[in-house]
Amino acid sequence: MTEAVLLQIHEPGETPIPHAEDATLAIGIDLGTTNSVVAVSQDGKPEVLRDETGEGLVPSVVAYAPDGSAIVGQLAKQLLLMRPESVISSVKRLMGRGLQDVKTISGTLPFEVVEGEGMVRVKISGRELTPVEISADILRALKERSEDQLKQKIERAVITVPAYFDDAARTATKDAARLAGLEVLRLVNEPTAAALAYGLDKDAEGLYAVYDLGGGTFDISLLRMEKGVFQVKATGGDAALGGDDFDHVILEHFLSERREKYGVETLTTDDVKIALVTGRMAKECISENDEGDFVLEFNGKSSSHKITRAQFETLAAPLVERTIEICRNVLEDADMFPDDVKGIVLVGGSTRVPLVRKRVGEFFEQTPLSDINPDEVVSVGAALQAEALTVGSDNLLLDVTPLSLGIETMGGIVEKVIQRNTALPVAKAQEFTTFQDGQSAMAIHVVQGEREMVDQNRSLARFELRGIPPMTAGAARIRVTFSVDADGLLTVGAEELTTGISQEVAVKPSYGLTDDEMATMLRDSMVNAKDDMEIRLLTEARVEARRVMEAVYSALHIDGTLLVEDERAHIDVILNGLDESILGDDRHVINALVEDLDRATQVFAQRRMDKGMEEALSGVAIQKLENAIDA
Amino acid sequence: MDALSSNRVENKHQLHSCWSCKGPVNDTDLFCETCHAVQPPGHANHFVRLGVGQAYDIDVNELEQTYFELQRHLHPDRFANKTAKEKSLSQQQAVSLNEAFDVLKDSLLRADYLLQVSGEDGISHDHTVNDPVLLMEAMETRESLMEATSIDVVNKVNDKARRDMRDCVKLISGAFAQSDLDGARKLALRLKYLTKLLEETRHHKARLVTASR
Repeated sequence: MTEAVLLQIHEPGETPIPHAEDATLAIGIDLGTTNSVVAVSQDGKPEVLRDETGEGLVPSVVAYAPDGSAIVGQLAKQLLLMRPESVISSVKRLMGRGLQDVKTISGTLPFEVVEGEGMVRVKISGRELTPVEISADILRALKERSEDQLKQKIERAVITVPAYFDDAARTATKDAARLAGLEVLRLVNEPTAAALAYGLDKDAEGLYAVYDLGGGTFDISLLRMEKGVFQVKATGGDAALGGDDFDHVILEHFLSERREKYGVETLTTDDVKIALVTGRMAKECISENDEGDFVLEFNGKSSSHKITRAQFETLAAPLVERTIEICRNVLEDADMFPDDVKGIVLVGGSTRVPLVRKRVGEFFEQTPLSDINPDEVVSVGAALQAEALTVGSDNLLLDVTPLSLGIETMGGIVEKVIQRNTALPVAKAQEFTTFQDGQSAMAIHVVQGEREMVDQNRSLARFELRGIPPMTAGAARIRVTFSVDADGLLTVGAEELTTGISQEVAVKPSYGLTDDEMATMLRDSMVNAKDDMEIRLLTEARVEARRVMEAVYSALHIDGTLLVEDERAHIDVILNGLDESILGDDRHVINALVEDLDRATQVFAQRRMDKGMEEALSGVAIQKLENAIDA
Repeated sequence: MDALSSNRVENKHQLHSCWSCKGPVNDTDLFCETCHAVQPPGHANHFVRLGVGQAYDIDVNELEQTYFELQRHLHPDRFANKTAKEKSLSQQQAVSLNEAFDVLKDSLLRADYLLQVSGEDGISHDHTVNDPVLLMEAMETRESLMEATSIDVVNKVNDKARRDMRDCVKLISGAFAQSDLDGARKLALRLKYLTKLLEETRHHKARLVTASR
């Protein structure tokens, strides 16, 4: 080959916009309810990024200063006791949730929420913030930690979410990353990430269960691991059950003791925030010791409370039993029995509670594995997957939908389109029809969940297919297509088959942000949002230009003889120009040259097709001849 | 790479133009031979897609290995650094693979599909059963299930259903082997009923377990 390779030399600092190659590192983030962790993997060696004291956990707590600036982590956690009104924790429990989903403590919400429709908003330091914005502040802090330590700009990440997160919560997580200036390479389910880290580290093979009890969510996934394939067989969980609920039951117990002493008191949100810290301390204390003494203080009155391990276990038993019940269902979904499971991987800080370990062990008839760090393993898996997506890997993660997806039909009954535990990505279509003569529109209500009636499931989105021509009832044929990508995100399309009228919507969840809200937040969050967009478009133009050039080089390599010298020279000139333009930063030039190249190679493409046809036909002729000889 | 090329030769002379390098590509190829760009999944039959012969008897373990091998090359995780077009094609390929694998690995769905590609009606739209023997059997089993108050009894119904399913699958295999499509269809309907029954016994068992605690 004779292509000239042109190199353009830049002085250091002269290149105005970084090239895609400069930002090869992508991080893995476990965005947890209680703590978050960021890790990175280079050359297959994952590493948790720690602070100067060696601590990898970043408390998922955010404090807002009066000027709106955010403080994230340990410092914010300390501020919680002094300035509860300006500090928020456990915001993950609100991702993609409505007001009615928030659990109260003795009738008081642990968040100061703003009344309204759609995704819940919280009042903090006098501002109204969405959980997406608060999560974005946590992600920004993790991004900064990684940039400081890795000494380079970090723009891409794999972020983990609970397997049982619904579409609204997944979308909210992705939106938060965008606000924080991170491109999400993939949302990976937390138990799957943990299995990847564990499986690769220990060379584990066979059927494993990952029991993941975090601060606010519970997941159980059954996976088969073999030769680099991590295949989720079934998953289940509860997106609103976690260690926080243990704190809640302890606190409720203390509060009922206190009522005996002082009668009914009115609690403020700030009281509840501080009291929950005591609840958590009590849980941690009696997970290590047999008993402990604690003091609650508000309304100028203090009360002291004693709790024993046995008392706590009585209080927590219904919560733990619920997780065991879910484990049972998941085994049934997978048509497996406890003794089919080769090992139980415990993930999440709440698996430190002795009762949890005991009950999980009893249910699966074996001692859970304890040779991993339950707080960090998810982030390690995320980092490994981030490396796999950017650098490449032979490993394969095959995940499933955690919840069934369907649409509302007559009488509020759900017609399931995609069943839970279906391998991703998936696309399924179902046909529906009109039920009134001359019906010109059809409302499509998308729901997620396992129950038969719409109102018992989670409403994901509503949209209308309009412009159906007048027909008698039952004559229109409306095909609704659901597709779920590898991130677990849903797109719904509807098409009337007799006319071809169609509509496609990326599901904007009922509890999500609107496009307008997102645009405003992006504007507010990024001083140079325009530059950011420009960089993205330039990167895309470069990726596309490289794809086109490689395609033409390959074609020239194989079929170059189909061109005469002049034609070849013309193509080479454009190729060289394009090669050079990629080093520059004008995407318009790059795109124009890509089009030029396309035009210049049209005749070439035609000759290649003709040649291919000829060869195929002669191949068929030879085949016929051979058959004739055989016969 | 065997899985990528085996059994994909039957349409060798059907060509289309590669969307990326514009050169000729065989319709069943997953990647362009010239520029290696991923191709759209097309409308290949599930058996062709997973590189197995069109027959009822399938080694599911082998099928799964082929499925893994194909996903290793086609799954969207392999295309995170590629253009939007390639990402979208890889998703379509992975969707088609998942669909083919879901159907072929399942003895009931596979029977239904094989009937359809053999030009028969499938069984998916049969909501009514008009085989009197099967109807009678179904009624009797349901009755004994409803009356069952101990887990032992349910387990017995459950075990019998599993054994019956195993036998039924063997019979379906025999029917297909003798090209007795009508027979295969009747047996597939029976398998469908047995599958439902197994589901019901599981639910019933779950109810009993919950009630006993």
